[in-house]
Amino acid sequence: MKLDLRLPIGLMFTIFGVMLTLYGLASDPAIYARSLGVNINLWWGLVLVVFGLVMLGFALRAQRLLKSSDTDSTSTP
Amino acid sequence: MQQIHLGTIDYAILGVYFAFVLGIGWALRRFVKSSEDFFLSGRSIPAWIAGLAFISANLGAQEVIGMGASGAKYGMMTSHFYWLGAIPAMVFVGIFMMPFYYGSRARSVPEYLKLRFDEKTRGFNAITFAVMTVFSSGISMYALAKLLELILGWSFHTSVILSAAIVLAYIFLGGLTSAIYNEVLQFFLIVMGFLPLVLLGLKDVGGWDGLTAKLSTVATNAGYAPGAWSSSWRHLDSASANPMGVEWFGLVMGLGFVLSFGYWCTDFLVVQRAMAADSMTAARRTPLLAAIPKMLFPALVILPGMIAIAMHGTGGGLLPVGSDGTPNYNLAVPVMLAHYLPSGLLGLGLTALMASFMSGMAGNVTAFNAVWTYDIYQSHIRPGQSDQHYLRMGQVATVFGILLSVVAAYAATRFNNILDMLQLVFAFVNAPLFATFLLGMFWRRTTGHGAFYGLLIGTAAAAMHHGLVLPHGATPGLKGAFFGPVLHTYPSEMAQNFWTAIFAWSACFVATIVISLATKRNKSDDELKGLVYALTPRLTDHEIVWYKRPATLAVVVLGLTLILNVIFW
Repeated sequence: MKLDLRLPIGLMFTIFGVMLTLYGLASDPAIYARSLGVNINLWWGLVLVVFGLVMLGFALRAQRLLKSSDTDSTSTP
Repeated sequence: MQQIHLGTIDYAILGVYFAFVLGIGWALRRFVKSSEDFFLSGRSIPAWIAGLAFISANLGAQEVIGMGASGAKYGMMTSHFYWLGAIPAMVFVGIFMMPFYYGSRARSVPEYLKLRFDEKTRGFNAITFAVMTVFSSGISMYALAKLLELILGWSFHTSVILSAAIVLAYIFLGGLTSAIYNEVLQFFLIVMGFLPLVLLGLKDVGGWDGLTAKLSTVATNAGYAPGAWSSSWRHLDSASANPMGVEWFGLVMGLGFVLSFGYWCTDFLVVQRAMAADSMTAARRTPLLAAIPKMLFPALVILPGMIAIAMHGTGGGLLPVGSDGTPNYNLAVPVMLAHYLPSGLLGLGLTALMASFMSGMAGNVTAFNAVWTYDIYQSHIRPGQSDQHYLRMGQVATVFGILLSVVAAYAATRFNNILDMLQLVFAFVNAPLFATFLLGMFWRRTTGHGAFYGLLIGTAAAAMHHGLVLPHGATPGLKGAFFGPVLHTYPSEMAQNFWTAIFAWSACFVATIVISLATKRNKSDDELKGLVYALTPRLTDHEIVWYKRPATLAVVVLGLTLILNVIFW
């Protein structure tokens, strides 16, 4: 793959998640009347952070595996 | 409706998204070295990415806004556009047709027609397809701009120019790879942006049971049986028993067979994503993997519309009502976003909405520039140039393809439901096409003349039928009966479109057979190797683990679809 797509996906959703979580903590509880009293920014923000980190985790693991197989092939004479 | 006021956090989310979209295009630009890189991603895309792009490219305006609108207007029956009108055809293209598309090394669907039949069949398909993509991309842009004008108060011109410029930039830089990567990003964004809306809406109406109870009030108020809005098959005995105005035969043949197979099996917009896959197995698995999220999409796009009409019909008065008393169904999804999502998540929801419009546009533009460059420019205008020449042409085509879409965006206005309009265009162009492919791939005797004149006759039959019938309550014109006499009146536009498709397909099927038998074969058995079923060696999947084989995947997908149909019967 030219560019591991999981990297930008993971990064973008982690950023969105952090933004929403922080906003959920800081915002006036009155705005959650329309979302049936649920602080949906906080909760959905956390969901997005988890999703983003899982994607990033996969991307980084794939990169590490690729690197270790690279050094293997160069070290063999 | 009341305009939505966006906060700083909402604009910040939109800004981050635009930065990522453009960043992906920028990061991929150094991989574009040949025309094959630009138009087919150098055939290097893994199956899961190609699969998500496969459905995301189709996830344009017609899906999010149109399916939400249909969910409100027709209820649960809208699920037929997925479980009947998409999944079986996606399985068919993966199992039976992809071996010819991918195996022949054709670079586009029209090019397959050139290899199988002749130049004139390719030319006809390439030109009609190019016109259709520009039209679709224009509708996408128009719908987005209209919507943003209405709900955010943004100027129509600003929205058109902004969305056109962003799509142009990322395709120009990274070609098809960039479009595909962004489509996958948009796929996740749409899921993550709409899911909280669905969850909150369901919680509000009291879950599925609460929803069906409210929908039975909606149905009885409209004069139908209580379950008309919450079951998919139960009220299909006659056209007058359901809000869609169709009976089961028209639905199964028109939507389930002709329109659905015509779209998913022959439309280069989606097939291009599978052609970009990195191997034959990946190409065959692309539509099959795509089918899994596709079958769950009704929960994401139809359910908000159903919730909206349930709330509206039971005293909420949620939807804005027109002067004739009918609710504005096209606003079902935006109204729901504004109703349930607070600042913050609202930004994410609107970003998802914009993403869906942009992925629809980008899909059309990448299909357009490939067909223009390979099938029109290279084969008719300037053949025999260097590959670099065609790569540059592709980039230029991206620019004028988008300019033409902008023109189309300003021209598109007429229909109240965008979906009906798109179905109409597909009925004229795509419905006869599937008969040509079916005969071409499975009957070696089909000739070039048979295919070409069969297609012309099929398209003419579509126009003839549409020009002589009228949906209930419509005035003659674009909606039908433009030849003057009205021979038949259908209960709804949907029924009229389905029957237009059935007529077009049958006319093309019969005409192609008759003309093929009357003309000499123009390709020998040897030339048709790899293009026709009987002359292509069977693919063996024995080297792949059984659970990764396309056939296994196909059985699973069809089984799950059947279960969903039974549950929501």
